[in-house]
Amino acid sequence: MSTITAARISEAISELCLQAHWHLRRDVARCLKKALRRETNARARRLLQAIIDNAATAQRRKLAICQDTGLPAVFVELGQQARIRGDLNRAIQAGIRAGYTKGSFRHSIVKDPLLRGEPGVLPAVIHIDIVPGSRVKLTVLPKGFGCENKTQLKMFLPTASLQEIEAFIVDTVRAAGPDACPPYVIGVGLGGTAEAACLMAKKALLKDIAAPDKKLAGHLSALSGRLEKKIDALKIGPMGLGGRTTALAVRIEAGPTHIAGLPVAVSVSCHALRSATKTLV
Amino acid sequence: MKRITAPLQEKALRSLKAGDEVLLSGTIFTARDQAHKRLTQSLARRSKLPVALAGQVVYYCGPTGTPEHTVIGSCGPTTSRRMDAFTPALLAAGLKGMIGKGNRSPQTIAAIKKHKAVYFLAYAGCGALLAQFIRSALPVAYPDLGPEAIVRLQVRDLPLIVGIDCRGKSVYPVI
Ligand code: SF4
Repeated sequence: MSTITAARISEAISELCLQAHWHLRRDVARCLKKALRRETNARARRLLQAIIDNAATAQRRKLAICQDTGLPAVFVELGQQARIRGDLNRAIQAGIRAGYTKGSFRHSIVKDPLLRGEPGVLPAVIHIDIVPGSRVKLTVLPKGFGCENKTQLKMFLPTASLQEIEAFIVDTVRAAGPDACPPYVIGVGLGGTAEAACLMAKKALLKDIAAPDKKLAGHLSALSGRLEKKIDALKIGPMGLGGRTTALAVRIEAGPTHIAGLPVAVSVSCHALRSATKTLV
Repeated sequence: MKRITAPLQEKALRSLKAGDEVLLSGTIFTARDQAHKRLTQSLARRSKLPVALAGQVVYYCGPTGTPEHTVIGSCGPTTSRRMDAFTPALLAAGLKGMIGKGNRSPQTIAAIKKHKAVYFLAYAGCGALLAQFIRSALPVAYPDLGPEAIVRLQVRDLPLIVGIDCRGKSVYPVI
């Protein structure tokens, strides 16, 4: 049986914070370059180039890709045979503090939603899934709130048409418009309960956005393809100033749901989609 | 590309048209949600503001901390809509320019037109790149607000796009 110490977890989380904020995800970089290749509008090309240059500057100068270093969500896949020595939750929070301090990342979190108060870097939101095996897979997703504020959840009737569902997803992006740093990556959660749908939508953003999602069922893959086309047809473009690419990608997670319902959640991510993952054994 | 300076000169400001791309040099001040709230509260109480707004440009920005050997950390624009409720009062107090990202409310657009001000867009989500145009950063008010404190920035050739000009014309399609 493997034993993983709290100290190793903190260290890993701290590294993941720095990696996520300093190094743009490779799949995201590939999609941005593809968007630049297919863009014909001169200003949209300049803006896409600025986004690509920004990632290079961030990496070279060890600066955060975006000043909104988010409210980090930490996803833990905890092997049920793994043994953790120490306190897992505290180890994760300590890792976030260490990473955010080292990177001089922003203090964006207030302790009380109503009283607000002086912002700090903690706490992160932690999601733990128990999985088979003895590994511990850690993922840090520090999503900014410009785009987090555009999240939508709708509880559809089970008899809703696919057209209605597609329209809701496309309207969510239309409503985000130029505000949340387009071009966007759209995570869609279908099914489950209300909170499960939101979690699936967010987890969809962790999928590779440059390669086809081979594990996805055929009807869902067709849906994501149609959504990408419809969202691009909004012509919001980089910074909302027009262009061919509004959706860098749409990714879907789906799960079983109740006979009486059909929850649909949409998580909008800006082009600065940041995350990093490490597996400890 | 047109070069302009801040604080804004009236003539230069009037020559700007929605969609123009400009390079801004000079002095600007960061201010976002909580600073806007405090500034408008001070205006309502008629108490002295920590920064005289007349002719100035505010940048909707809450930078990261400042890593060693740098002037400022990542410092891109934040969503301007959240400042809409406070903007007309600041414009009435003499503010002439704003820098942010995204669209503004119809009330804000009307106030921009009324007070002959201008709203610029900065490259959204490009905070590391934009940090390269900042020459100095000096905190001037509300240090307890952390990243929301007001900071005076000296900028050099900061690339901006005119989002809404002093005639109230917007670069975005009317919504
Ligand atoms: S929406 Fe994304 S890119 Fe834009 S400011 Fe927020 S975190 Fe940064």
